[in-house]
This record gives sequence, C-alpha cells and structure tokens, in this order.
Amino acid sequence: MQALVIVAHGSHLNPDASTPTYDHADTIRETGVFDEVRTGFWKEEPSFREVLRTVESDEVYVVPLFISEGYFTEEVIPRELRLDGWDLDEWDSDGTSATHATFEATDVGKTVHYCGPVGTHDAMSDVIVRRAESVTGDPDVGPGFALAVVGHGTERNENSAKAVHLHADRIADMDRFEEVKALFMDEDPEIDDVTEFFETTDVVVVPLFVADGYHTQEDIPEDMGLTDDYRTGWETPAEVDGHRIWYAGAVGTEALTADVVIERAADAGADVGSAIEDVRRRTGEATPDTEAGAGD
Amino acid sequence: MNDEQLDALVMAAESGVACDGLIVEREADGYRFETPDATHTGLSEPELRTIASENPWFVSNWHVWNRTDRPDTERAFLRHLEGADERSVPARYETFADGAVVASWGQLRIDIGLASDGNRTYTVRNEADGDRRPESLDVLTDPLDARELIKTDDRGRYRPLKTAPTLPTGWAFVDLDGRSLAETVEYVYPATIANWYLERRGELDVSNWRETMERQSGIYGVIKTWDRGEGHEHVEWVAEACCADSQCLKRREWQYDDDTDLAVDGGDGQFPCREPCSLVVTAARKWTQLEAERERTYEFDLTPSEKAQIEAIIDAVADGEADDIREADIYEGANRYRTRFLRAKRFDEEGRLCGVPTGED
Repeated sequence: MQALVIVAHGSHLNPDASTPTYDHADTIRETGVFDEVRTGFWKEEPSFREVLRTVESDEVYVVPLFISEGYFTEEVIPRELRLDGWDLDEWDSDGTSATHATFEATDVGKTVHYCGPVGTHDAMSDVIVRRAESVTGDPDVGPGFALAVVGHGTERNENSAKAVHLHADRIADMDRFEEVKALFMDEDPEIDDVTEFFETTDVVVVPLFVADGYHTQEDIPEDMGLTDDYRTGWETPAEVDGHRIWYAGAVGTEALTADVVIERAADAGADVGSAIEDVRRRTGEATPDTEAGAGD
Repeated sequence: MNDEQLDALVMAAESGVACDGLIVEREADGYRFETPDATHTGLSEPELRTIASENPWFVSNWHVWNRTDRPDTERAFLRHLEGADERSVPARYETFADGAVVASWGQLRIDIGLASDGNRTYTVRNEADGDRRPESLDVLTDPLDARELIKTDDRGRYRPLKTAPTLPTGWAFVDLDGRSLAETVEYVYPATIANWYLERRGELDVSNWRETMERQSGIYGVIKTWDRGEGHEHVEWVAEACCADSQCLKRREWQYDDDTDLAVDGGDGQFPCREPCSLVVTAARKWTQLEAERERTYEFDLTPSEKAQIEAIIDAVADGEADDIREADIYEGANRYRTRFLRAKRFDEEGRLCGVPTGED
C-alpha cells in the first residue's frame, strides 16, 4: 500500500486556509492511485506530529504544500514527523532543486519518502500560467498580456525569492507573454509599483502563495492600488495608472496544483499510473475561475 | 447469518475459530462447536452446519470480526464501541434487535445497528441531537463532508481546536460501514482513535511540556526563556487555562517533565492528549512575552461592588459566559449595560481605568 500525505500550514484564525489542501487531496483521491490520501497541518489537526499515525500504509509519500524550501521544509516538518536521520545535505539543493529523500519515521515505523515543496517544482510554472488563463477566462492568454509573479520575499529566507525567480524565468522562456517579471511584497522590485514595471496595458498578477489570506486578499490588492480598502473589494480587471490589472489570487488555490503534488510523489518513486494526465485533463475542464476575484 | 457466512465458518474450522465465546475446531473425532452455553463435540460437517445454524448470532458475529483486511486499530475501536470485550454476543444482538447499541466518542453519539447481511451499520450525530430522528437532521453519507461540517460551531465561529466541546448540531451521517465510520471520526477528532489504541496497549508516547518546548524553534524558540527549570507554576497556569474539560475533550496526559507532574487536574476526556498542542504552544509564546514584563503597583479608587464587578467580568469572559448574560440582567456584573456604566464612570478619555497611566516599559 502507498499513501500520500499532504502537509500544509493551516491556520488558527482563518477557516479557509486548509481549503486548498483539502481540495487537492480530494482531486488526487479521485484518481485512485494512492490507497490513502491524508492531510496534516502545522496549525490544525491532525498535526504534523500525529498525521503519520493515522495512515495505514507502510510506504508514505509526504509532499509539503509550501512555496519555497527553507525553515518549514528543512527544519519543522522533518523534526515534527520524526524522520530518523534527517540530513539537509541529502537534498543537495541550490534552494529550489530539492526533490526527495527517504527516511524511517521512528514513532510509527513507516518508510517516508519526503518530497520537496510544490512551489519549487517545474510543473508549478504551468499552474501559474493556468491561473492566468483562469482569471482572464482565456485559455490562450499571452499575446498582449504581461505576467507578474508575486512572492513574499524576506531577508530571513533567500529561497523565498528564488522560487519566484525560478518560475518567472521559466515562463519568460515560454515566449507566451509580452513581458514577465518577478515582484515582491517585502523586497525590491516591489509590487506597490506594479504598473511601472510593464509597458503592456494588460497585466496578470499571480501571487505565488499556497492559500488566500491576509497577504493575498488584503495586503497585495491594497498595495497595488486595486482598492483603498480590501473590505470594499475590487474589479477584475481593475484600472490602475492606465493599466488593466487582472489579479488572480493565490496560485495554490488553482485546481491544477493537485498535479504538482502528484508529480512530486512520482519523482520520489510513487506509482501514479496515469494520474498526472487525468488530473491535467479534469482540472483543465474547469470553467473560468470565478473565485479568482474573491474581493469583487 | 447467511449461507456465505456458514460456508466460511466450516472452512475456517479446519484451522480453528475463537471469537467472543465461540470456539469451532476440527478434532480427531469430528468438529467441536462451543458457545458459553453449550459444547458439542464429535460433529460431522452436516451436524456442524445444523448446530451453527441454530446459533446464527455467534456465526454472524465471528464473520463480522474475522475480517483481516482492516488495521488492528480500527477493529479494536469498532469492537470497543459495541462493548464486544465486555458484553456477550446474545446481550449485544438482543440490543441490536431492540434498535441499536448506542456508543459515545467525545460529543459524538454513535448508533450501531445490524445490516441485512449481518454487518454493522453506523449512524453518527452530535449527542445533543440524540433525541431527534436522523431523518429530521441534515443527512450525510460521505465522511469527507465532515471536514467542512465541523469547521464552525453553532454560532458560526471557526473551531481551530477540533476537540473543543463546541461540535455543531443538526446533522447525521447515516448508513456508514465500519471503515467509513472510522474515517468520519478521524475527520471530526483527528488521531483520537490511533492515540486511544496506543494508550490501551500501554504504548502511548507522551511528550511532556519541557521536551516539547525545548524542540520549538523560529518564533516559538522564545518560549525557552520562560521555561528554564525555575519552578513550573507558569505551566500550571497554562494547563488550567487551556486544558480543562470545559475547553477541550482531551485528557491531558503530558506533565511538566519526566519527574514532575502538574498539580492541575488533567480532565476526564475520553481521548488522551500526548503533548501540548499548537494552540497551547502559540498561547505559551504570547504569555512568554507578557510574563517578561515587570510587575508595578497601581492605585485605583473603586467601590467594593466595582472591584467585584471587574472580577465577575473576568470570570464571565474566561468561562465563555458573557454572551449568555441577559440583556436586562443588571444583577450580573458582566451585564453589558452595567459594564458600559463602569466604563463611562471610571475610564478617562484615553480608555485608562480611573485615569491611571499604564506606563508601559
């Protein structure tokens, strides 16, 4: 038996923080390729400390639904899961290249294939593009549009910005959008000046965050000038300084993110059959995302 | 009991059957069929089938619990619910015949009935809805629905702690089999079955306060400054504040450290709590910051009733009873109008009690 365990941050305050995690778990569960699909959280239950004891299977693929490598993926999760012999060197990562490593979880006697975070997987670039398609309602969006990938950015973790640049660079290489830029909340170039960085009138803004919350639904819309007060909402697209800003909300809420979770497990050796193609097909059939403008 | 179960029993008799008082074995002179009430030996196969058919409850009960494709944890949990280790097969089946065996798990009421094939069928409700027919509630069948259902309490407030005694009412999961019952319970009270089972086997791994705080890092690393082995009164306060039956259905099993039990009662909950949870850790971080402040002496002029009123307000808020005080019940210290009067009289324009400066560090 093989199990998939998606581990995510969750929240003590926001009931919606766990929703994308549940949604992606359900999408993967429906493919039937894992005997079990479970979720565990830092701030909700089951906790990281207890999630493995709720799993029947002896082979467990753990995929962190986090954006970047760093404190959570390298310190908190391995410690809380009690991965015996956890060694950062096994990743041999440049900050975005961690794939997987295998350990025993000492308290439950299970083999854990611990994967890199979803946010740094190459397939996440496709999810960002899909997010642009969803928010514009145009499956061919690209020509005449610019794309901004937005990250938190922080001096405490240089990998946070690396993940954003990784995808901005990969999407730029697709030659699909007129312009592609990486922007940040807490470091230069800052999202506050979004319109200054683009010549193209239409700009799709996709935050590289797992769930919608304070940053994606309050800070970023206000910083960009979509609205003076997030509580009053904003238009999609919104006119700002002669540009049309198509604000997409957190990329992790895009249904296609489930595909990245499966790809992470597959990279670690899970037998996923045709689940990757299944999920790509099924999540691609979704209608244009009306949730994207949740502030409307 | 049906033919399939009878055939399975005869086949299993070759290697021996022992379940809840039923023993079936192949001996040198024929089959042995034994229940707590009677023993038959030297049986031919047709005779075994006849005797077994006369004891359908025992055969059916064996068939239900003979499944080997489910984990021991789940089997033990389901048997616990119907009291299989304490109550005889006839006692349980008579209760099934009268309606259902009723079990409890936290605030869940679990009704166990018999399906036509002899398997168990489970209905789950909030125990507060126990006198309402499941059909009169929101009827659910997919365990996954439990995740959204239990996110908020009856007042619509988010429940970050799943074992808080605020399970919403008005719903019922029906027609669950054992596996989907365990799954539903897992979503309502995560990991409670696993930890209950470990405790029952004497294998529950408890992480006490000190070791749990010592492994904290990042923004929680500060807790170590509050926890330097200089007494443990502060942890008593944490346990009294967070880990009481009125706040959580778990029974606190963690102590201060391996050598030091906390004096505060751990509660009477059904589920063991094996280490401080994330809510306790988060609260402890805040208290670590607040407890770093020096004490000061303030002077306030209050009437005796005003002092008592402040105490009543703290009690009402701490016990979650402020919202229950009636609009016009001026006799209650935490009544809103009475509290507004106190504020109007005793606060200055900057919101300071009796105009006394706070003088923060």
